[in-house]
Amino acid sequence: MNFLWAFLVGGALCAAGQLLIDLTPLTPARILTGYVVAGVVLSAVGLYGPLADFAGAGASVPLLGFGHLLAQGVQKAVAEQGLPGIFTGGLTAAAGGITASLVFGILAALIGRSKDQN
Amino acid sequence: MKLDPQSYAKMVRRAAPPSALGQNLARAFVIGGGICLLGEALRTLYARHFAPDMAGTLTSVTLIALSAAATVPGWYQKLAVRAGAGTLVPITGFANSVVSAAIEFKAEGWVSGVGAHIFQIAGPVLAYGTLASWVWGLLYWALGRTG
Repeated sequence: MNFLWAFLVGGALCAAGQLLIDLTPLTPARILTGYVVAGVVLSAVGLYGPLADFAGAGASVPLLGFGHLLAQGVQKAVAEQGLPGIFTGGLTAAAGGITASLVFGILAALIGRSKDQN
Repeated sequence: MKLDPQSYAKMVRRAAPPSALGQNLARAFVIGGGICLLGEALRTLYARHFAPDMAGTLTSVTLIALSAAATVPGWYQKLAVRAGAGTLVPITGFANSVVSAAIEFKAEGWVSGVGAHIFQIAGPVLAYGTLASWVWGLLYWALGRTG
C-alpha cells in the first residue's frame, strides 16, 4: 500500500509541476525554487508532515520534500538549541543531499564531457 | 453535407490527436511517480538498517548518485524530453541540474568554470529554501516564546 501511495502522490506532485510548465511562463529554475519554498511553507503550517507520513518517498522525493526537510531541520534545531538553531537547522538536515550533489557533480565533470543536451 | 459551426467544432475535436497537455501530464505523472516509487523502495530497504532520518538521507543520496550516473551519458536528458516535470520535480532533477552544469562548464576550468557554475540552477533553490527555513525558524522560536 505504501508503494502505491508513494507512486500516486509523487506522480500527482510531478503532474502539478507539468501544469506550471505548460500553462505558465515559469522557467524550470523558478519552478524548482518555488517548490522548495512552498515545501517550507506547507511544512510550517503543518500540512506536509502528515502527507510525508502517509506517502513516504512520494512526498519526500519531489522538491517540496526538500523544503519540508529544511523546515523540519530548523524546527528541531530551535527546539534543542533555541534561537541560534535558526542558522544551523535547515542546512544541517539538507547536508546529505547537497554534499552528494556536489561530490557526484564534480566526479561527473571529471569523467563526462559536454555535448548537445538532446 | 451541410455543417453548422457547432457540429464542425465537434468533428474537429474528434479528429484531433489527444491534447498535448493531457499527454504531458500523463507522462510527468507516470515517470515522476516511478522515481518516487523507486525512492520508496530504497527508503524501505534502508529503514531496516538505519534510523528513519538517515534512511531518508541515504535514499536521497542514492537517487542523486543514480541521476548523476544517468546524466553523464545523456540518458537523463533524453528521459526529460518526454517526462517534463516528471524528471524535473524529484530530487533527481535537482541533481541533474548540478551535474549537467558541472559537466557543461568544465571547459572554463575547475574553479571559475565548474566551481562557479555548479549551482547555476541549484543555487537559487538553496538560497531561497535556506532563507525560508531561517524565517520559519525565527517564527517557530517566537511562537514558542509567546505560545
